[in-house]
Amino acid sequence: MARVALVSGGTRGIGGAIAKSLHDAGYKVASVYANNDEAAERFHKEMGIAVYKWDVGDFEQCQEGIAKVTSDLGPVEILVNNAGITRDATLQRMAQEQWQAVLDTNLGSCFNMCRCVIDAMRAGGFGRIVNVGSINGQAGQYGQVNYAAAKSGIHGFTKALAQEGAKKGITVNAVAPGYVDTDMVRAVPENVLEKIIASIPVGRLGRADDIARTVKFLVADDADFITGSTVSVNGGHHMY
Amino acid sequence: MPRLALVTGGTRGIGAGIARALKDAGYRVVVNYHSADDVAEEFAAQSEIPVFKWDVSDFEACQAGVKEVTEAHGAIDILINNAGTVSDAKFENMDVEQWHRVLRVNLDSVFHMCRQVYPDMMAQKWGRIINIGSMNGQAGQLNQVNYVAAKSGMHGFTKALAQEGAKHGITVNTIAPGYVDTYLMREMPQRILDKIIDKSPIHRLGAEAEIGHAVVFLADEKAAWTTGSTVTLNGGTHMY
Repeated sequence: MARVALVSGGTRGIGGAIAKSLHDAGYKVASVYANNDEAAERFHKEMGIAVYKWDVGDFEQCQEGIAKVTSDLGPVEILVNNAGITRDATLQRMAQEQWQAVLDTNLGSCFNMCRCVIDAMRAGGFGRIVNVGSINGQAGQYGQVNYAAAKSGIHGFTKALAQEGAKKGITVNAVAPGYVDTDMVRAVPENVLEKIIASIPVGRLGRADDIARTVKFLVADDADFITGSTVSVNGGHHMY
Repeated sequence: MPRLALVTGGTRGIGAGIARALKDAGYRVVVNYHSADDVAEEFAAQSEIPVFKWDVSDFEACQAGVKEVTEAHGAIDILINNAGTVSDAKFENMDVEQWHRVLRVNLDSVFHMCRQVYPDMMAQKWGRIINIGSMNGQAGQLNQVNYVAAKSGMHGFTKALAQEGAKHGITVNTIAPGYVDTYLMREMPQRILDKIIDKSPIHRLGAEAEIGHAVVFLADEKAAWTTGSTVTLNGGTHMY
């Protein structure tokens, strides 16, 4: 039977492309979203992918939500933690709420979601967790101490949980996208965006599908020797 | 007048080593601590370094604490974010409180403290921020998903704030210690300690003073071109 895959932030942008790609590859997919009902409804209609609404930054909502997905589709065997937000400001203007919101949604969500699926993965002796990090977590970024801290925290989270999951057939990896052509990046001012593209060796923004195919590769049954790894998908923008 | 350095978690272990090294190098030093009053009193008496008590995981306590330090000693030129805690558990047994506590003390505290001292550093066009990360934040570790996520988040924070501070004469760097001979290590069973020492090519634990030495190096006037960097001190245990 097809494995169940859950994608957070999975109705738009990179997450939407990941959900579609896994759906096309034959997985049973559920997408979680937080706010945009209209986009979720449209996504559900177009793709035939189940959508669920909850805030992944809230532990109890994750417990309830995952219980619902499990009863509808079966135990989650593949988890893609993709949900993320930005609240940019330079440090001297950043409010504590901006810090906390980004940490809770981008990093706290990884704990919340993984914690709620880990027992089933351990019991089943199989699991694939892919956390979506960011080039800005690797390289740092002006105006983003919150986002860079959260995303680079994801990279550490990945390596620690990979150590623990290894003997239970659970792999944990991170994908670190560079600048991908999504709503989040389209919000960047045009002149800034031009500069960004000029500094990408491949000479273009990433496409959501560039990320989705990488996730698909990592969650496959035969990717069982890849764990604790960070796969950068950034057009050569940051190599280290 | 010599520059003023503040070390969080500075009355014992690595923090005390850092405070002593900075004092020996001629800086004015104050330290923060949170819980062990008797240890703090003994440290203050021995070292003649003033101690201040507040909880760095609490934003408002940091506002009040830094104000108190500043009123007594002037603006903080050098901030060492060293305070940290552990709450180890296998991921499947880790509760959400353990996650939050370690994230608050080890990572949120860095935001809380930097947010207080950064405006003064900007105004005087000079500052040194040194965050004490961890080898485990780089390599991952069993039973420490929370600690590893927090410490690796700190590495991202460092790089983002380094981008912002650069034009204000503020450098931001991380030191990533491996296993250092502190009171914490002495609580470890000998058998485990032997294994840890075996893994280091240099075949011993680090000394508190060695971390202090690295902090003095980064705090120096002449270290102005070192920013966004991670200095690893682990006896060769983890190279990457």
